[in-house]
Amino acid sequence: MHRILSKRTLAPGIREYVIEAPEVAASAKAGQFIVLRLHERGERIPLTMVNCDQETGGVTLVVQEVGKTTREMGDRFEVGDSVLDFAGPLGRPTEVENYGTVVCVGGGVGIAPLYPIVRALRKAGNTVVGIVGYRSRDLSFYDEEFREACDEFIVMTNDGSLGGKGFVSDPLREVLESGRSVGHVWAIGPAIMMKVCSELTREFGVPTTVSLNSVMIDGTGMCGGCRVEVGGVARFACVDGPEFDGHKVDFDLLMSRQGYYAEEEACSLDRYLAETSNSEKGAT
Amino acid sequence: MTREKQVPMREQAPEDRIRNFDEVPRGYTEDEAVLEAERCLQCRNAPCVDGCPVGIDIPRFIEQVKARRFADAIATIKAANALPAVCGRVCPQENQCQGVCTLGIRFEPVAIGRLERFCADWEAEHEPCCPEVAADTGKRVAVIGAGPAGLTVAGELRRLGHEVTIFELLHVAGGVLMYGIPEFRLPKAIVGREIDALCQTGVKIKVNQVIGQAQTVDDLLESGFDAVFVGTGAGLPRFLGVPGENLNGVYSANEFLTRTNLMSAYRFPEYDTPIKVGRRVITVGGGNVAMDSSRTALRLGAETSMIVYRRSEEELPARAEEAHHAKEEGIDFRLLTNPIEFLGEDGRLVGVRCIRMELGTPDDSGRRRPVPVEGSEFEIDVDTAVIAVGNGPHPLVPQTTPGLDLTRWGNIVADPETGQTSKAGVFAGGDIVTGAATVIEAMGAGKRAAAAIDAHVTSA
Repeated sequence: MHRILSKRTLAPGIREYVIEAPEVAASAKAGQFIVLRLHERGERIPLTMVNCDQETGGVTLVVQEVGKTTREMGDRFEVGDSVLDFAGPLGRPTEVENYGTVVCVGGGVGIAPLYPIVRALRKAGNTVVGIVGYRSRDLSFYDEEFREACDEFIVMTNDGSLGGKGFVSDPLREVLESGRSVGHVWAIGPAIMMKVCSELTREFGVPTTVSLNSVMIDGTGMCGGCRVEVGGVARFACVDGPEFDGHKVDFDLLMSRQGYYAEEEACSLDRYLAETSNSEKGAT
Repeated sequence: MTREKQVPMREQAPEDRIRNFDEVPRGYTEDEAVLEAERCLQCRNAPCVDGCPVGIDIPRFIEQVKARRFADAIATIKAANALPAVCGRVCPQENQCQGVCTLGIRFEPVAIGRLERFCADWEAEHEPCCPEVAADTGKRVAVIGAGPAGLTVAGELRRLGHEVTIFELLHVAGGVLMYGIPEFRLPKAIVGREIDALCQTGVKIKVNQVIGQAQTVDDLLESGFDAVFVGTGAGLPRFLGVPGENLNGVYSANEFLTRTNLMSAYRFPEYDTPIKVGRRVITVGGGNVAMDSSRTALRLGAETSMIVYRRSEEELPARAEEAHHAKEEGIDFRLLTNPIEFLGEDGRLVGVRCIRMELGTPDDSGRRRPVPVEGSEFEIDVDTAVIAVGNGPHPLVPQTTPGLDLTRWGNIVADPETGQTSKAGVFAGGDIVTGAATVIEAMGAGKRAAAAIDAHVTSA
């Protein structure tokens, strides 16, 4: 059992949890993930870590409430409650070196796992240009944290309600076109965003790392559900990744595989929402 | 006058059982067990004991069953085997104890597996037989992986008075017994019961432990464990490497079975993990895992469940009983057939292109090598494909333990008699050493390693 040490809402449908897992906190590195399961009937879900506090043993996670499990976690799991299972760290850590100038691009909730990578890269002596994008201002979070962690920081929103109007690929293109020497790019976010960014950096010949969130069961190399094609070869995101060379990833396959259980996910969520609204009615 | 045939075991009828996940064979009653036990010749040389990878005193326990001393019988079994309810159900007895049974020369061999199962189930319904534990030795052993090998090592060493902690990667102990072998063949409650019995002797089990990341084998040795046993199994699924294998609808058997068994996807949406089967399912492979997958597909609602195997019936590696049960349930065996491409529409599997095979000259394994018949390609419409062609070694511990010699396939090199690896204080056994094999072979390796670990920690 792993106790929830803190919980706060970062934006509508996006929550930050700190969960007690001292062994994970003591050993995890940027880029790695954990798998958690809420209760006996729960599914195992992979989540990338945002921060590890070795003193409190707390592991920080950012959870976007997209399906039944993440909604249930938001609705029913409060500070002091425990999640049943918490396993990690899993996956390979980010290859942190001094690349000179790096650009770290985050989209939506993908900026959460990007944050520890930004900090690790900065600590390794890189000049870090951070670019983050949200659909709109109300969905933004970790603004202060990024501003502090990056040497330069650019915010984009699709509707222009915060920072520049447009997509993260717009300022990325500007940086690349400016003639600055960029040693490496990280792009973490929705598959389509990582695809667009990778296509862009390929034009400029800048090595690019992406972090893939494919469907997983065990997260330890056993099921192969998370397999993706990288350079035409099947790789397991859980043990070979989650980070891969963005120029070699077949993003269309990734997106197709991510959507395989859409019907079941919708069924599960609808059932949960119906049950929740019934119990609310019962309570009133 | 010895009866020629085994006492049959009652089973759920095929037409009923393909609609549920309940266990197929019902087990012997006391009278049936006694009747079967009476068939044993009690041969003095007891070839069956040599045929048992963990060396159960088989004639003795059968004699005790015959005398209706069931509590004594289970104690005899448990002196050699910590997981009798499991082994009585999943051991390939026809190649082991029963394969060398003297009675089997002329008649059907004694149904040793069924009798073992009977004794274990009898114990569960009556008084539990708790093995004696020796006084604490003060020695500490870490076991990585709570599968058949690890559980056996733990049980043996604990009985000798050593402190044993098992580190399990998943959220439950049992390894393949929990995630792999289906409920209808090995009920999870039975596995749980045997694991509980181990814990009652004082074995500690820690789940969700990522050894190789959170802690390494070296960390364990430095933190005061006197020895480490690695029993992390063959976890990494193999695929065929043919086009279209990453389409939606193509599962590894590990994923298909893990979703169903470990995560209870057959009870979705009551349980949160889903699985998709569709109407027509093809399973590629001929081993027990292939039988398990194809039979699971039927129970999940598939109308047609096919097995595609590149050799002939004679070479099927599955236990005879599993193939027999699969046939009874209407699994469509497409033998001497091999998939060469998975066909998709909009990213989803819709068919598989196969080629017919014929058997040529024997290969390294002594089996005749299957050769494609030129121009014999054909297509089968399917919604789901399950690839059950084996697993490679689980990579986490081998990759993170310096000083551990590995084979070119990534298996750990260990002495088959002792489990000793190239690294001092580190032992290994089961599928992580041998590649995918059987539950009982892993348990046999565990037993031998336990003896060697005992000698190692006692002399240290």
